[in-house]
Amino acid sequence: MKTCLVVDDSKVIRKVARHILETLNFAVSEAADGREALDHCMATPPDVILLDWNMPVMSGMEFLRALRESSIADKPKVVFCTTENGMAHIRAAIEAGADEYVMKPFDRDTLESKLQIVGMA
Amino acid sequence: MASQATPQASPPASPQAIAVLTRLLEARTGQQLASARAWRIDTALRPLMRLRALETLDQLVHLLLGGQEAALSDQIVDALVNNETSFFRESPVFDSVVEATTALEGEGRRARVWCAGCSTGQEPLSLAMLFAERRDKTGRGMPEILGTDVSEGVIHRARQGRYSQFEIQRGLPIRRAVTWFDGDASGEWIAKPELLRHVAYRPLNLMGEGWPIGRFDVILCRNVLLYLSAEAKALMFTRFAEVLRPGGLLVLGAGETVIGQTDRFQPSARVRGFYEPVVGGGRAVA
Repeated sequence: MKTCLVVDDSKVIRKVARHILETLNFAVSEAADGREALDHCMATPPDVILLDWNMPVMSGMEFLRALRESSIADKPKVVFCTTENGMAHIRAAIEAGADEYVMKPFDRDTLESKLQIVGMA
Repeated sequence: MASQATPQASPPASPQAIAVLTRLLEARTGQQLASARAWRIDTALRPLMRLRALETLDQLVHLLLGGQEAALSDQIVDALVNNETSFFRESPVFDSVVEATTALEGEGRRARVWCAGCSTGQEPLSLAMLFAERRDKTGRGMPEILGTDVSEGVIHRARQGRYSQFEIQRGLPIRRAVTWFDGDASGEWIAKPELLRHVAYRPLNLMGEGWPIGRFDVILCRNVLLYLSAEAKALMFTRFAEVLRPGGLLVLGAGETVIGQTDRFQPSARVRGFYEPVVGGGRAVA
């Protein structure tokens, strides 16, 4: 079973994402900010990370840069999942090492499609 | 105090009204609407009914049969045709199409690819992206890509190359989205002219008289034939065989096959999952 870490400061979004991911046969864990996510990744690197952009403590972009410089740099696929839908944000995310990008709001089909693109579904 | 109106569901359509609508769809497009999918009729035609302040499908059918609105039958067919599509749907197929086309291209001859039943254009644009990437990598020229659909409405949309955020996220990798599309203030994504110009779109009824569109190296007709009657399918296979160039290939949807449907095509020995005309084939299986 593949593992997915959902990183979002919204409990509601985490719950919705967890529900969809579990129907796609993922084992899901959660983190409420980038710092918590980084600690989780160092202890147990997931196969894929669903990552929000704007979060307290450590943003999604700060987390992604730190992850890609860490000892597990290339291990998890990172799919940004954010309301930041502008082209400049998307380009910045790709440049920082994001593998895919989901623009909120999203549904099951969208998420499944993006996970397929990164080879995880 | 005014009483509050309670929204009420519209009464179910009569079997006669459903029969008129399904017969119209089949006569125009060959598509059959299975009884299990009859629920789609009300949903699909609701916008047309709303425009005319009609409450029931029977009223819409009455208007249709009255003949006062010349365009109404076209609009009903447009609404009933299943336009489900997405970018890179069943994605491995697209790489195979590019490989097969590359093998078929002669020296200096431009290949022709036809997406029959292309809906709003995601399939031909997916191919155009791959061929443009091949061009940038190898210097090979672009093939001619034709997209056709029975619905003038979806061809109009395809020509515009505008996609909602929902549509752009289904199947299209984000790197290709930012390379080949521009975002606009409304949240829509618009195919760049340098991509869009590689696809020619035309309305075309596959059941219509003659296909004045020339011959092709590869024909994609995916998830179209499954809605057709056995007779209509047999006719399609015969006509596809006639417009394929020697060595040409037919690509069907994942749930579709030629086996048991026609003797005009057989599974291709060159490309797994594709079909090629049978030399000397000509008898349709009823």
